[in-house]
Amino acid sequence: MSNDATLAEYCVVACAEAFRGDGEVLASAFGFIPTIGARLARATFEPDLVLSDGEAYLIANDLPLGGTEKVVEGWIPFRSVFDVVWSGRRHVMMGATQIDRFGNQNISSLGPHEKPKVQLIGSRGAPGNTVNHATSYWVPNHSARVFVEKVDFISGVGNDRGAAGIKRIVTNLGSIDFVTADRSARLQSVHPFHSVDDVVSNTGFPLDVKNVTETRTPTDEELKLIREVFDPTNLRDSEVKQ
Amino acid sequence: MTADKRLTHDEVIASLSDGMTIGIGGWGSRRKPMSLVRAIARSSLKNLTVVSYGGPDVGILCATGKVKRVVFGFVTLDSIPIEPHFRAARQAGSIEVTEYDEGMFYLGLLAAAWRVPFLPTRAGLGSDIMRVNPGLKTVQSPYTDEQLVAVPALHLDAALVHMNRADVRGNAAFLGPDIYFDDVFLMAAKQRFVSTEQILETDDLLKEARVQQLRINRSMVDGVVGSPHGAHFTSCEPDYSRDEEFQREYASAIGDAWPAFLARYIDVDESAYQAAVHP
Repeated sequence: MSNDATLAEYCVVACAEAFRGDGEVLASAFGFIPTIGARLARATFEPDLVLSDGEAYLIANDLPLGGTEKVVEGWIPFRSVFDVVWSGRRHVMMGATQIDRFGNQNISSLGPHEKPKVQLIGSRGAPGNTVNHATSYWVPNHSARVFVEKVDFISGVGNDRGAAGIKRIVTNLGSIDFVTADRSARLQSVHPFHSVDDVVSNTGFPLDVKNVTETRTPTDEELKLIREVFDPTNLRDSEVKQ
Repeated sequence: MTADKRLTHDEVIASLSDGMTIGIGGWGSRRKPMSLVRAIARSSLKNLTVVSYGGPDVGILCATGKVKRVVFGFVTLDSIPIEPHFRAARQAGSIEVTEYDEGMFYLGLLAAAWRVPFLPTRAGLGSDIMRVNPGLKTVQSPYTDEQLVAVPALHLDAALVHMNRADVRGNAAFLGPDIYFDDVFLMAAKQRFVSTEQILETDDLLKEARVQQLRINRSMVDGVVGSPHGAHFTSCEPDYSRDEEFQREYASAIGDAWPAFLARYIDVDESAYQAAVHP
């Protein structure tokens, strides 16, 4: 650690890194930290990313969370979102209640589908997203309850079942990629404040830990953008426990 | 001059019957035809199949025992991620479901609107949507080796949508950022009903809407219901935003708290409801 970056700020930068190299695609991020991450990526190393306000507009300016002074560069009602999804020119970062080692994700229900123990939001666009374009996940509570051997319901499709490409899972502990021979999960980096053992003991499936680095430190420019431009009211800290 | 299609809430309900498949427009907790949903909730209708980008419409109809099956991709209150009444019905095992990817759902409506038996898509392949809907079939492309999901046409007996402005003949406009899929719901249905914030003369429609927002034309509509604040407590931009405080009251009216909510806000006519929420 070379500066006073918080865990939430490391998570933001790890989310931003998921979009590196994407070019001119729609980056759709759900959650405070992924949203800041996508906006930060565009403001720094990935300037061609296309970003929406989460309603129906494409936004050209560096918009703070909850910001209303929007420079609109396009109209993207939900129907047009499907056009983009099915064109493949999108990278989504979704949440996951359960996820397995190939990135199969559940946001539908826990327990038997006909009478769930816990009804969740429903599969939303996860089935279509995952087979059409790049997908990453944000898990703010890395635990063996989330990272499971087998998900109860496959909403988002994993790399072993025909996903277009599960790229990254960023969590409060570290960052997982799928750059392995069988495209299964590999621990890429661990955030400061945590260890490889923390990740392994909180993951319910075997994780490749052969080449783990430390998550890169946010630059001074990135910290300034996060703190002063994108999230001046510090909503990011409400999403992870330091 | 074509017909005046104005109807009351009760006249719409009288044209519906038990066991129907009813599509409800809007998205999550946004621009839902809530006054018509409440009218169904206090009617004697039962065994309905509800087709919806689900929000409190689904929750209220589940909580009042109107629902046999929900066809959905999600059910949410947006600012409250999980719809508690839908969750309660699911966990009690009291309703059946057809869970789709939200894009598959659109294609099902579109297939019905276009009078084709199915539309093909990659959405759903490899997911448990295929496992829990054993009736869903795949087709091989006649041109390539690809297998695609054949989303069957989602035919509706009736569709209910809420628009910002309409005329008495059924031309209607949305004024907010998104029409959602309201036009497709209407085109997929046998009986088509539009409730609206305000009924205008035809030649006044474009004084408030841009022509690109005048997406519903009278050939798509059988009945028009004047219903100011009819989408309450969902959002109806730019006329009004979601009533977050009321939504929290609705979401916490679970279990023992439900009968009082029902008595105060649902088992009353529309004018009493509006008086209760806008005192």
